[in-house]
Amino acid sequence: MQQQIKTFILTNFLFTDDVAQLRDDSSLLEQGIMDSTGVLELVAFLEAQFAIKIQDDELVPENLDSVNRILSFVERKQRQAQRGAEAIA
Amino acid sequence: MCGIAGYANFEGLQRPDDPDLQVMIGLLRHRGPDGLGCHASKGAALAHARLSIIDVAGGKQPLANEDLSIWVTFNGEIFNYVELRQQLEAAGHRFRTRSDTEVLVHAYEEYGLEFVHSLNGQFAFAIWDAPRRRLVLCRDRAGILPLFYAEADQRLLFASEIKSLLAVVGTPPRLSSSGLDEVLTFWSTIAPRTLFPGILQVLPGELVISEHGAVRRMRYWDWDFPSNGDHSTRPAQALAEELRELLVDATRLRLRADVPVGAYLSGGLDSSVLTTIIKRHTNAPLRTFSIGFEQASLDETGYQQEVIDHLEADHSRILCLNRDVAEGFEKAVWHCESAVVRAAMVPMMRLSSLVHEQGYRVVLTGEGADEVLGGYDLFKEAKVRQFWARAPQSSRRPLLLQRLYPYLEISPARTRTYAQAFFGAALDQPDRPGFSHLPRWTTTARCKDFLGADVRAELATDVIANFERSLPRAAELWHPLNRAQYVECRTLLNGYLLSSQGDRMLMANSVEGRFPFLDHRVIEFARTIPPELLIKVLNEKYLLKHAMRAELPASVVSRPKQPYRAPGVPAFFSGRMADTARDLLSRSTIQRYGYFDSAKVQKLVDKIEAGHAFGEKDNMALIAILSTQSLHRQFIEEFRPNREVLRTHAAANQDIHPDQLSVH
Repeated sequence: MQQQIKTFILTNFLFTDDVAQLRDDSSLLEQGIMDSTGVLELVAFLEAQFAIKIQDDELVPENLDSVNRILSFVERKQRQAQRGAEAIA
Repeated sequence: MCGIAGYANFEGLQRPDDPDLQVMIGLLRHRGPDGLGCHASKGAALAHARLSIIDVAGGKQPLANEDLSIWVTFNGEIFNYVELRQQLEAAGHRFRTRSDTEVLVHAYEEYGLEFVHSLNGQFAFAIWDAPRRRLVLCRDRAGILPLFYAEADQRLLFASEIKSLLAVVGTPPRLSSSGLDEVLTFWSTIAPRTLFPGILQVLPGELVISEHGAVRRMRYWDWDFPSNGDHSTRPAQALAEELRELLVDATRLRLRADVPVGAYLSGGLDSSVLTTIIKRHTNAPLRTFSIGFEQASLDETGYQQEVIDHLEADHSRILCLNRDVAEGFEKAVWHCESAVVRAAMVPMMRLSSLVHEQGYRVVLTGEGADEVLGGYDLFKEAKVRQFWARAPQSSRRPLLLQRLYPYLEISPARTRTYAQAFFGAALDQPDRPGFSHLPRWTTTARCKDFLGADVRAELATDVIANFERSLPRAAELWHPLNRAQYVECRTLLNGYLLSSQGDRMLMANSVEGRFPFLDHRVIEFARTIPPELLIKVLNEKYLLKHAMRAELPASVVSRPKQPYRAPGVPAFFSGRMADTARDLLSRSTIQRYGYFDSAKVQKLVDKIEAGHAFGEKDNMALIAILSTQSLHRQFIEEFRPNREVLRTHAAANQDIHPDQLSVH
């Protein structure tokens, strides 16, 4: 999953395959990689790829500002979705 | 409007039938399809391609004073020529024509170089003063009309468009890297630079004078502002009335022509003001033209219709499809002679083609109102950022930004934290001269990520800091809004709106634009208006609205401003443009031209073709790359004007005047 996220960011925002261009913990905002429309592109990708639904108030750097943060955020969302599904079942 | 070209020869040689002159003017036929004229004398040669508007029968150029010692070739209009002529006749000058051109030679003779201060108009001209062996190039205050020059082979050559100069001095091996750096930051080069090394533009409000083989530059006008606090203290009502009177007079002067004059109508405030003035304050018939888009969020047809109904205008509209933007793109690049980051010039070319088809040669247009009277969102954005900078920790102050961009489909304000990071640029340096423009410039500069490593290595200096250093020292004392207006006029207005999107797109179809908001009396009055009356809280162009409120439909005054925007991603990859676009962006072409990183460009194209590019940034990069590639192809790789054809063609189309055949 981490690889998929990283590849998406490299390809779509840095337009490269070179993994050395992006560290997993570097801030996407501070490096100028991510902006407000970039966030929407990222969200569209995460929702389609990992079957999660992201709310507007979740569009904050705490969740989305590095590869590592995105990974934990998506994992958390997936766990929540799973728990929700189990609760209904 | 017209095209002009020519040169001064430092060696003073006589080249009466120099083929270069014919070639230069032959390339400007689109600017002046009604006739060509040439004058050659010892030391200089002038040529003119004419679009007949004033004194259709008698206004042939180049034209001279009484004793044929002073000659002019002139593009543009002197709107106060009637008044100037009276003064000059009173001083003993004899006129041979009714044309506005002739006042130039007599006024120059009477007042010397100071004569430019008496001109109200839009102009680019060259005067040859034979006794002094002096060539004077001059451009109007706001830079409405273009004028380029180059020094080569003991000559100072000039022309309305770069292509004429390239045809004579030869094309450079590549576009200027520093120029590209500026385009990919400010949206255009900063004058006098162009993208072609060795070719310069006369600055707006500047004279370039060649005398005895030396060339000097002299600024006669600039967009100065009073120091903060020194603005007018008159009541708002009085200022509004004076503004209204000035605009009425500026519009009335611009209806002077021997052919009918039309007007662009966008449905916004500025064009509504102009059309209302034509209807209510002049006897001219109101003939209007507009453009519609297939994308509902860009289309202003509904607003246009309201104004048309209100004023009972005789109106024509043309629809511009995304496909049309793609298909007109290369032709637009040929005419604007620059790389661009928006394709918005193409619909303007389509609009002028409508005007031409309808048999009109002149249109009034509202450009300049946003710069002069405080209309841009960027100005309001800067105001909010200044307010925020005074309390950077505040979480409430930046929320005001959300009010600014209601019309954007994907607004920066929707993802608030990210938007705040964007708008918060340089929040700790609110006194920086370019503070207002830093978010725009830093976003645009992301396009530079696509430049190849070699080109990036050449860009050693900080282009933004360089530009900031070039601002007048007095700007430190100006109000932040005035500073932002100044920066806007020096960058986008001059470099893009009036040229790539203005003159060049009008002239592509032999149509002259006239700009009442850029009458220098309007500009000079507007800069005395207190900034808080230009933008009242966050209400833009407040004083203009106040001045015209009683005459405009209420909805025009009250609705939020919708800036002119063209379709974001034109249909470059389908239809007729597809093969050209793919070829220009292919690995081999990108590598051959040597500006961009071909692997990155391919990924960008893939992303856009897959429909994954939502924002302006990627589209901006695509258009920047495509226009740079197209510019290189048309003006460097494939630029081979057929000199023989141009020369024969030009020679066959000359207006021959007996006095112009002689060599003085």
